[in-house]
Amino acid sequence: MSVIGLIRMGDNTLVLGQRVSEWCGHSPALEEDIALANTALDLIGQTQLWLGLAAEREGKGRTADTLAYHRDAWDFRNLLLVEQPNRDFGMTMMRQFLFDSWHLEALTALAKHDHAEISAIAQKSVKEVTYHRERSSDTVIALGDGTEESHARMQSALDRLWPYVGEMFTTDDDDLIDMAALRPAFDAYVGDVLAEATLTRPESDFAHLGGKTGARHTEHLGHMLATMQVLPRSYPDATW
Amino acid sequence: MTKEWPLWEVFIRGQHGLSHRHVGSLHATDAAHAIQNARDVYTRRKEGVSIWVVPAADITASSPDDKESLYDPADDKVYRHPTFFDIPDDVGAM
Repeated sequence: MSVIGLIRMGDNTLVLGQRVSEWCGHSPALEEDIALANTALDLIGQTQLWLGLAAEREGKGRTADTLAYHRDAWDFRNLLLVEQPNRDFGMTMMRQFLFDSWHLEALTALAKHDHAEISAIAQKSVKEVTYHRERSSDTVIALGDGTEESHARMQSALDRLWPYVGEMFTTDDDDLIDMAALRPAFDAYVGDVLAEATLTRPESDFAHLGGKTGARHTEHLGHMLATMQVLPRSYPDATW
Repeated sequence: MTKEWPLWEVFIRGQHGLSHRHVGSLHATDAAHAIQNARDVYTRRKEGVSIWVVPAADITASSPDDKESLYDPADDKVYRHPTFFDIPDDVGAM
């Protein structure tokens, strides 16, 4: 079992959970605010399991908290997609939809993993992410097939985020499963939702790479980590 | 035209509840969205096993002005309460 593979799963949910939590108190409607906060908390909960197992397997005395709060940007192994800024609500929901669509396929495959601990985490997460995908899909459809303004914003979000889709399906020996094998199911599902949302899938499959290998994160990750990590780094003994 | 989403009344049946109970209201674009919002707003602490949502506009309510004629006549009709029967403890909730 690859520690890097576990860290990749945990860093995805950690970084996206932090990003989504930035909406808390700012969402366009009270109901959306609570829904997004619930999603963020689900993702942070999953992070505790993935990074907890990674720290245990690594055997260097680190914990999930150490991994989350005391690593720098170049040590993170999350996908570039999840570190992209929230920008407007449409961009946030499009990012969520693309991630959820990959995440659910990945977790469904991981639920059948030979290692009992990995499959247990995946089986628990799959229930939460099934709901995440349902909610983000419905929002993409509602806004894509909505007003002229909302349609334009969703198409622009899709065009902007599509270059970050390809990285989700790159794969190497550190991955817990073959990520490339998930692509056909992802394409089928995303294609159906985009069609219903009257959105046009970009033609180019150019992909920005470097997040999951740690080779080159975007400039946004460091800024986000500064906010996320400042308290435990400034006050190492702080307790809740 | 208002930009606010329509209002929905939410009813939840609890883990051991016998019937759905009104828990509050929320805004949503349609029924499916209302169910999702109810799930997020009202069941995040395992409050329920079933959700009903009803458009608030479809509820017909009695008028507070009719309070006297609707309810006061029951005041002096104590015989309508089944307080004269002994109910065995085993019966449980009635």
